[in-house]
Amino acid sequence: MMSHAAYVFTSYGIAALTVLGLVAWVVLDGRARRRELAELEASGIRRRSAAKAPGETP
Amino acid sequence: MSENSLAIRKFSDLANPTRFLALADRLLPWLAGLTALFFVVGLWLSITTEGDYQQGETVRIMYVHVPAAWLSMMCYSVMALAALGTLVWRHPLADVSSRAAAPIGACFTFLALVTGSLWGKPMWGTWWVWDARLTSVFVLFLMYLGLMALNRAIDDPARSSKVSAILVLVGFVNIPIIKFSVEWWNTLHQPASVMRLDGPTIDPEFLWPLIVMAIAFTLLFFTLHVAAMRNEILRRRVTALRRLAARAAGRGARTQ
Repeated sequence: MMSHAAYVFTSYGIAALTVLGLVAWVVLDGRARRRELAELEASGIRRRSAAKAPGETP
Repeated sequence: MSENSLAIRKFSDLANPTRFLALADRLLPWLAGLTALFFVVGLWLSITTEGDYQQGETVRIMYVHVPAAWLSMMCYSVMALAALGTLVWRHPLADVSSRAAAPIGACFTFLALVTGSLWGKPMWGTWWVWDARLTSVFVLFLMYLGLMALNRAIDDPARSSKVSAILVLVGFVNIPIIKFSVEWWNTLHQPASVMRLDGPTIDPEFLWPLIVMAIAFTLLFFTLHVAAMRNEILRRRVTALRRLAARAAGRGARTQ
């Protein structure tokens, strides 16, 4: 039988791990996608709307 | 005013993913900061307020359990609204919103189930019972997982969005069932004590940490949701650009 405090600590611990896991997933996913976009752009592949450099637009 | 401006003036301007990205970049630091602030205050209140005369220290589990349970339902409601946006208005960001919300909702539902179980063991004497409230929340958890699996199974968002939106709307039936399960059926779970027509029935000692933690969790949800939507838009851009590159490479190979 655990003490009541142990149940409370376990709850807060699991909550903290879940929330931190979510935050880490969102941050890492965003970084990976930005890296991929940068790589594509570096190899000369751009979105149609961004195909022209800002200075070229009429 | 030029049409190329990225400023958001009308609600419909949000439909432009590029504008949404600009707005997200501007909003996210504030949302994240506010979330952290509310969590600091909320956790401080959760730790320092007194224990309940019956529940003892375990009442503190409620400050995580109740907001997580609320959010699990709110997240699904956001997805249902987004599903309507996909089916009725064909809003370009609706499917992005619904898809980005599913893993977040699954995590909050998981938290509600686990913390509820950790409270149930010392207070009810059991980890789990198959009563109406607990079972309907478990079904909600399974629905989140099912939607995530469906979204992953169909690569092309243009094809998966409609199927996924219909499934979300069908599953929305479960939300009122969860909400009113404690009144319609005889369950072990106690009935609502905060969101009542006749006002909250819990002591202010417990109400304050609960409210602050609920705001903190809600802010956390919106921060994560906006960030996940941004990631989903970027993911779709990468896919589109790769397809473009493959097509260009194919043309190049043919002309040689």
